[in-house]
Amino acid sequence: MKGWMTRFKAVMALTVMALILSGCGEPFLSTLQPRGEGAAMLLELIILSTVIMLFVFVVVMAIYIYVIIKFRQKKGQEDFIPKQTEGSHALETLWTVIPIILLLILAVPTVQYTFAFADVNTPEVSEEGEELDQIWIDVTGKQYWWHFEYEGLDVTTSQEIYIPTDRRVYLSMISDDVIHSFWVPSIQGKMDVNPTGNRNEMWLQADEEGVYWGKCAELCGPSHSLMDFKVIAVSPGEFEEWVEDMQGVTGEEEPETATAQAGQEIYEENCLSCHAVGSSPNKVGPNLTNFADRDKLAGVFDMTEENLFEWIDTKGEEMKPGNLMVDAPYDLNEEEINQVIEYLMTLSPSDVTPESADNGVYIDSDLSDLFPEEEEDADEESEEDDEVDEDEETDEETDENDEE
Amino acid sequence: MAEDVLKSGNLPENPERATLEGRNKFMGFWFFLGGEVVLFASLFGTYLALRNSTVDGPTGQEIFGLGLVFLMTVILLTSSLTSVYAMYHMKNNDFKKMQLWLGITVLLGFAFLGLEIYEFVHYVNDYGFGFSTSAFSTAFYTLVGFHGAHVAFGLLWIISLMIRNRKRGLNLYNAPKFYIASLYWHFIDVVWVFIFTVVYLMGKVG
Amino acid sequence: MSTTAENKAGFGSVLWDYLTTVDHKKIAILYLIGGLFFFILGGLQAMLIRIQLIAPDNEFISAQFYNEVLTMHGTTMIFLAAMPLIFALMNAVLPLQIGARDVAFPFINSLGFWLFFFGGIFLNVSWFAGGAPDVGWTAYAPLSLFSESHGVDYYAIGLQIAGFGTLMGGINFIVTVVNMRAPGMTYMRMPLFTWTSFIASVLILFAFPALTVGLFLLTFDRLFGGNFFDPEMGGNVIIWEHLFWIFGHPEVYILILPAFGVFSEIIPTFSKKRLFGYSSMVFATILIAFLGFMVWAHHMFTVGLGPIANSIFAVATMAIAVPTGIKIFNWLFTMWGGNIRLTSPMVIALGFVPTFTIGGMTGVMLASAAADFQYHDTYFVVAHFHYVIVGGTVLGIFAGIIYWWPKMFGTMLNEKLNHWFFWLFFIGFHLTFFFQHFLGLMGMPRRYWKFLPDQGLDLFNLISTIGAFGMAIGTIIFLVNVVMTQMKGEKVSGDPWDARTLEWAIPSPPPFYNFKQEPLVRGLDALWVEKMQGNGKIQPAEPLGDIHMPNRTFVPFVISLGLFIAGFGVMYQGAMWILAGIGFATTFGAMLYRSLKDDIGYHVHKEELEEEGDGSNG
Repeated sequence: MKGWMTRFKAVMALTVMALILSGCGEPFLSTLQPRGEGAAMLLELIILSTVIMLFVFVVVMAIYIYVIIKFRQKKGQEDFIPKQTEGSHALETLWTVIPIILLLILAVPTVQYTFAFADVNTPEVSEEGEELDQIWIDVTGKQYWWHFEYEGLDVTTSQEIYIPTDRRVYLSMISDDVIHSFWVPSIQGKMDVNPTGNRNEMWLQADEEGVYWGKCAELCGPSHSLMDFKVIAVSPGEFEEWVEDMQGVTGEEEPETATAQAGQEIYEENCLSCHAVGSSPNKVGPNLTNFADRDKLAGVFDMTEENLFEWIDTKGEEMKPGNLMVDAPYDLNEEEINQVIEYLMTLSPSDVTPESADNGVYIDSDLSDLFPEEEEDADEESEEDDEVDEDEETDEETDENDEE
Repeated sequence: MAEDVLKSGNLPENPERATLEGRNKFMGFWFFLGGEVVLFASLFGTYLALRNSTVDGPTGQEIFGLGLVFLMTVILLTSSLTSVYAMYHMKNNDFKKMQLWLGITVLLGFAFLGLEIYEFVHYVNDYGFGFSTSAFSTAFYTLVGFHGAHVAFGLLWIISLMIRNRKRGLNLYNAPKFYIASLYWHFIDVVWVFIFTVVYLMGKVG
Repeated sequence: MSTTAENKAGFGSVLWDYLTTVDHKKIAILYLIGGLFFFILGGLQAMLIRIQLIAPDNEFISAQFYNEVLTMHGTTMIFLAAMPLIFALMNAVLPLQIGARDVAFPFINSLGFWLFFFGGIFLNVSWFAGGAPDVGWTAYAPLSLFSESHGVDYYAIGLQIAGFGTLMGGINFIVTVVNMRAPGMTYMRMPLFTWTSFIASVLILFAFPALTVGLFLLTFDRLFGGNFFDPEMGGNVIIWEHLFWIFGHPEVYILILPAFGVFSEIIPTFSKKRLFGYSSMVFATILIAFLGFMVWAHHMFTVGLGPIANSIFAVATMAIAVPTGIKIFNWLFTMWGGNIRLTSPMVIALGFVPTFTIGGMTGVMLASAAADFQYHDTYFVVAHFHYVIVGGTVLGIFAGIIYWWPKMFGTMLNEKLNHWFFWLFFIGFHLTFFFQHFLGLMGMPRRYWKFLPDQGLDLFNLISTIGAFGMAIGTIIFLVNVVMTQMKGEKVSGDPWDARTLEWAIPSPPPFYNFKQEPLVRGLDALWVEKMQGNGKIQPAEPLGDIHMPNRTFVPFVISLGLFIAGFGVMYQGAMWILAGIGFATTFGAMLYRSLKDDIGYHVHKEELEEEGDGSNG
């Protein structure tokens, strides 16, 4: 099947070039400039369907233009009565059969790819022929931010998700409130994030290091358009380092400066009930473990102290309309806010940051260190999870979280 | 001509389809019932999707009593039969007998409705199975309640037709009205057969 | 908009005439006015959206208001503009095309209009009562349960009322076509507009009840403690999506099929040729309608239904392209060898063909389930459905209005202004929506209040907004044309386009009984047959006799008003329950009155008819 697809490759390559030359979007956001296996496959399909459809369009337009020019009423022919043709079986059969053939050409890869995208159970195989460990990330969508837990790795983060390049990362997604949709256009197509009851699974794979923009693609409230997130693809070795650094964070590390220490105290009194530092099941508000390393504040704003001050001061009311932090009961004065900011800016547990995606450093790793002996257990568990009735499974999970 | 349709007696064989208006009503109502089929199909689909979502509330297996429901089924099916008799007499141009059988149909309809209300009250009082108890309870009351509302509407419809025409007998103007009311009544019965099977039998068994 | 006699009669009596009319031609005018009103309203909302998106990070309107505007734009355009405008054309033309004196259910026809009208008003009251619905026209649960204002309640109840009206309209037209055709008007001689309207009515009948149920469930959940869509209580939010799209997909064919019908009338008329492949056009229409019920889940490819379901629905969706393609080619070959007159309806039809072809192309692209993971809920989808709904339905409606305007009003819209309208609207349309395909592919999801700077989205959004102004100016020109034409009031003949079908055989506007004598139809394109083989006049099928007509009635208005009032009671509850009581009492009282009071109509007598001339166009 792959064979005949290659015939289109030449045409596709040309078309892709043309599209890129015309400047279709930014590489971190555009589906037309894929940076991962998923988006590349989808672009192939998009181009295949475009080519087929353009062929149809050209045929239609050729007849159309000919007809208008040739059969437009001429001067002095106002009374001409044309022959009243009833139809033509040959012609009508022709334009029934040809579209069917064209659609079959499109239908075959469509079905193929639809199944390829749904396959999250076959582990990837390394060059040596060993099965690679599956990295699973639990994704939770909330009005208007994203929460990520790395299964079996004891790492929790929000808003920005780190993934290793050149291998698949698997996502298991659920929403805590309304329906959201998880979309990283330049890496992978989207999948809805449904509330309790339907856990959707998909995979991500990035070919190149980079900071890729993710979007919420299902209307979820006033700040739907501001519910952005980032996928930070770093080399496997850097990813490994990041995970290890994140695992070490307990949230009780004492910052160096006195202001930051004061900030930490204020934070513990006012913020901790919603925002955790370190791996924690708490997901009332975003996890702040590596807050200072964030590429963007709240998904969309520049990571400046001014923006952060405004956010804490106004609870983001204007910045992200409808966000739930406006209900937070804290009341901080200017000095306190500045202290908290100073503390938050110390939350940088790892040298692997969004910059690491752009620095050209590539460290290889098969990540097997992240999955020591319990590897097999973890695999079994996740398989079992798949089989358990989804409703029950998720109900239990939420219960547990609440208790803890 | 216009006044003719109000004359009773001496009607053609199929009085409900003797006039264009009658034929229109007849056909329009069949199409309307087609739409109703989609309506109930949607409700059945919703019910089937939620029938196991009982959360902390009782399940169908715990609360359904087949005896009562079977009695209701018998009553409603019998009322369908009596309305067939009524239409038989309409075609024979026997207005009195038609009214009589329609009257029996109405009585049976009320009996059914009464039992259904009793059933609902019983669930709420003895099992705490209210509209908001679980997704299952909401779906149950909505599906069965929609049917019940149809029954109630049908009863009011037939009664008002009977009262309106009690003195003047059958004519080409009201024959289609009686006829489609009885069609509606049959439809309600058919829906109930499905409810009996899908909700009660399937609920009790598995 | 009314005969001179009525103008003399004064405003009050004209108003009463329209409030109580059961004449399909007057109901058509009511639908036209109502539909155009909401079309303008929806257009203004569209302008707000485009102004907000003229530049990145724009603060022109607030996020909350933006969501209300986008919801009401979609809801208004689909339910309150496109549907009633299609009903306007169906009412104005369909009975005339089949040689009927009236529709099957004049009373229900009027009821359908007033339910639509009050439903639409009810929905729009929300603007003044704490906020319009803010959850998109699709109102996905549980967002629609989270929404705090009463907006979504207005949506659910308003659409419920309007939906009943649509359903009744649908049944009415089905029975009209089945039972009321003139002698000789066999199914395979029916004009294609009648055919497509007939099939669209069947779609209405089987699609709208799913919406009715969905809206009931939503209402129960929001107002009466139901748990259908509440995951905590075992509810399932996907049920709404299924119900909505089981209705929603046939709905788009309900919108497009009559437009196909309009073009299938216009193209033969102005090519002076009979429709190429008439029977395959009919067959294609039926096939599209049938397949239309099998493909709803292609709106849900990203929901997680699994690859098997996605593949099945993908292939079924692609299949629809085949009958649609048949139609495109049949139109082209109708023009082939013809004598094409470029009147404004024909020019619009010529604008429609490539536009709709593009919409169809992107439709096939979207059908590819995997690729849809990239298109879904982006501006690509927005572009696609505007290409089919504006490029198909709206162009069809305007072409139809211009084409049948003389039949409806006896006057002729100014051709020059028609052309101006079309070109501004058409160019504006392509500027607005063509580039949105690329916005979507470049990573811009739909329903975005803001897009950010430095993401490469600025230029195309700006172009899109400029285009929207072109469409707005075009529409204004059309409205100016309407006003000017009616002020002038120059009368035209019954057949100003030299057309082919039965409706052109009678005067413009037709007398209230349409046909003095039932026409005898002797072939497809009945009038053309007589022009070629006869004396250009339709032969009567019966001797002149009394004509039976329905009585005018105020009851439909009252029934609808009752539901309108009851809606507030159901929504606000508490002390307002009394409104529900009053409203439902009004509605059921009026229904009872209708049921108990004999209404057998009246007769126009032979003698009166004889005084009025021969009844053919002249």
